[in-house]
Amino acid sequence: MAWTREQVAARAAQELQDGFYVNLGIGIPTLVANYIPEGVDVTLQSENGLLGIGPFPYEGEADPDLINAGKQTITILPSSSFFSSADSFAMIRGGHIDLTILGAMEVAANGDIANWTIPGKMVKGMGGAMDLVAGVKKVIVVMDHANKAGESKVLERCSLPLTGAGVVDLIITDLCVMACDKANGGGLTLIELAPSVTLDEVKTKTAAPFAVAKELDKAA
Amino acid sequence: MTRKIYDGPEAALEGLLFDGMTIMSGGFGLSGNPESLIPEVRRSGVKNLTVISNNAGADGFGLWMLLETRQIRKMIASYVGENKLFEQQYLSGELELELNPQGTLAERIRAGGAGIPAFYTRTGVGTVVAEGKPVEEFEGQLYVRESWLRADLAIVKAWKADTAGNLVYRRTARNFNPNMATAGKITVAEVEEIVPVGSLDPEAIHTPGIYVDRIIKSTINEKKIEKLTERKRETA
Repeated sequence: MAWTREQVAARAAQELQDGFYVNLGIGIPTLVANYIPEGVDVTLQSENGLLGIGPFPYEGEADPDLINAGKQTITILPSSSFFSSADSFAMIRGGHIDLTILGAMEVAANGDIANWTIPGKMVKGMGGAMDLVAGVKKVIVVMDHANKAGESKVLERCSLPLTGAGVVDLIITDLCVMACDKANGGGLTLIELAPSVTLDEVKTKTAAPFAVAKELDKAA
Repeated sequence: MTRKIYDGPEAALEGLLFDGMTIMSGGFGLSGNPESLIPEVRRSGVKNLTVISNNAGADGFGLWMLLETRQIRKMIASYVGENKLFEQQYLSGELELELNPQGTLAERIRAGGAGIPAFYTRTGVGTVVAEGKPVEEFEGQLYVRESWLRADLAIVKAWKADTAGNLVYRRTARNFNPNMATAGKITVAEVEEIVPVGSLDPEAIHTPGIYVDRIIKSTINEKKIEKLTERKRETA
């Protein structure tokens, strides 16, 4: 059984470490906040100018001056701080954020990621995604392994315009977890399979070469 | 100390607007938008504007009002989704768009206010954002050169101002506002409350008064929420 969106988020949450400052993207990444492991204290950053995101407000208590980067109403914590957009991205670009978790349309074996535009189809903009992948210490991508047409989103090279080149550390899909050796120019290694997903299935459904971690190779 | 205080949006923008000008407008989504000043820009009929703002409003609100009247010729922004009118005008070629990564946009504005004509950033290296721009290596990493942004006019929204022009923003409505306040040749601030000098803690001023030329009390303070997200109260 492949992982559900929630299970992908829960798996990504296992990458959180005590004391981390983390920026979560919109969509599945936002769900990661629901699965922060017991005893792990992380501080969530919102690029519109907040460190220390609290839970959603109770009914009737939403404050229009208090939103996250997805424009949802939120709350603050006793430890929270506010700052300007320039300060927020100084924090991101300056390498002070430990981890970011983002969605993607394509990821490549060399660590490239494309998640902001489809030429001729989608005019939205990159928002803070390019700054996050360029500046945050560790970049995790969470996404479906295949697109709606059933084609692999894990590719040898991205076909869409890039968000960042050689920036991805870890890919978590509904089928598996793959590590990317971005420090050495890329190269994927399959390190984990979702329950009852086989190595053959991942091989069939992945349009990029990848190595297989020793433990998994034995199991197969 | 009251010469910076103006009666309303019309008085505050009098003599400042001209065709082809560049305007910075604060806010992230609709949070921290200058809600009273944007309609006055619309009413003035000024056109061929270049507008610098993170977003382009949302259907019926914010900068959308200037799109509707086709007063904007060029938009410099990081994200213009959730705005059908923008998409229509862009795809039909009426509207020019320069997309910037959000952090690059913020830093270009900060640099503009700080008198720094260009800077290098890792953001966008190897992407379309870096095309046509100088790329240089520092300590083994590639960085792209980005230039400053300045405006003829910055319109910002703050929570409180004193009569000297010192501003305090509220929560995440701060966002681009303090950066833009520094980068306008003239900066007009609209605020929810104008207080006498001495009422704000000098240790806690977000924008020092030197950056602020004119101040009005907001005449529109709707603060529309784009994505109301709430949770149920647990019943014990």
